[in-house]
Amino acid sequence: MLSGLNFTDDQVVRYSRHIILPEVGPKGQKKINNGRVLIIGGGGLGSPVAYYLTAAGVGTIGIIDDDVVDLSNLQRQILYLTNDVGKPKAVSAREKLTALNPGCQVVAYQERLKASNILQIIKDYDVVVDGTDNFGTRFLANDACVITKKPFFHGAVLRFIGQALTILPGEGPCYRCVFQTPPPPSKVQTCAQAGVLGVIPGIIGLIQATEVLKYFLGIGDLLVGELLTYNALTMEFIKTEIRKNPNCPACGVNPANYELSDYEQPVCDLNTR
Amino acid sequence: MSNYKVDATLDITDVLCPVTFARTLLKLEDMMVGEILEVFLNDGEPLQKVPKSITDEGHRVILIEKVGDKNRMLVERGE
Repeated sequence: MLSGLNFTDDQVVRYSRHIILPEVGPKGQKKINNGRVLIIGGGGLGSPVAYYLTAAGVGTIGIIDDDVVDLSNLQRQILYLTNDVGKPKAVSAREKLTALNPGCQVVAYQERLKASNILQIIKDYDVVVDGTDNFGTRFLANDACVITKKPFFHGAVLRFIGQALTILPGEGPCYRCVFQTPPPPSKVQTCAQAGVLGVIPGIIGLIQATEVLKYFLGIGDLLVGELLTYNALTMEFIKTEIRKNPNCPACGVNPANYELSDYEQPVCDLNTR
Repeated sequence: MSNYKVDATLDITDVLCPVTFARTLLKLEDMMVGEILEVFLNDGEPLQKVPKSITDEGHRVILIEKVGDKNRMLVERGE
């Protein structure tokens, strides 16, 4: 049986907890079902983002990761099982997500995101989620989203701390407004050096997924212009107001023919190896 | 049974909460403001919760009556 909003009987049951929410309702669920989300990185952040957005019924999920599953990933990258070790992450992620919700189209990109391919890949998506493990890809994704005016949902974690920021190009500051340029490689502390408590990317990833759903539904207040930081040791969430940088080379008043570029960055060993 | 001009009928006696409410909401979404939906529902949780939830959504429950071992509810589609 189909309703006027084209839900099958199974979909009505699957999404009933959403449909009965006044802030979602049948029309809101349809917006989610029509959503297209690209997740950059199938690691600690990408795993919960992908799982929950697939469960919520997002119509198309793209997941890009050129790495293979390592035993050391399993402490926090919940998309993967022990018998996935050695398999390509993007392919393994697609298997799990399709099994969770066959109504969701999952596109696996087993490649690295670069200046040469990013615009071609993100053009098929409404929004982009930052699940990357390095500054270079994060800056590249931010800049590409600014150029194409696509919402970019940033998240990052280290040790016991995480942060999230929602970037709506044209409406609020971008990642580069806050952090300007990637730090020199010698200054970057990788997860292999610093470690990360396995649950931290879970918490931050779910905040990113929540922001994506709120964006599709047009409800609530997004983390636009507010950097949310979470400290698991003190169990504090702190929002810090940030402003657009008028001189931002990506989104400032004079983005002088800004060109995308790749950056050399150390890759987090724990995330990828 | 009370006589009203019914525009659509829905039987939710074969499902449990919250699918009862979700199906009723979806059916009402298909209808025009002022049209009347006839809903058959079970005693217990559906009878306790669906009429209140429908009212909270801005629709008007016109009547609820016993029909055999089921309940018949008439709802006027709200704005």
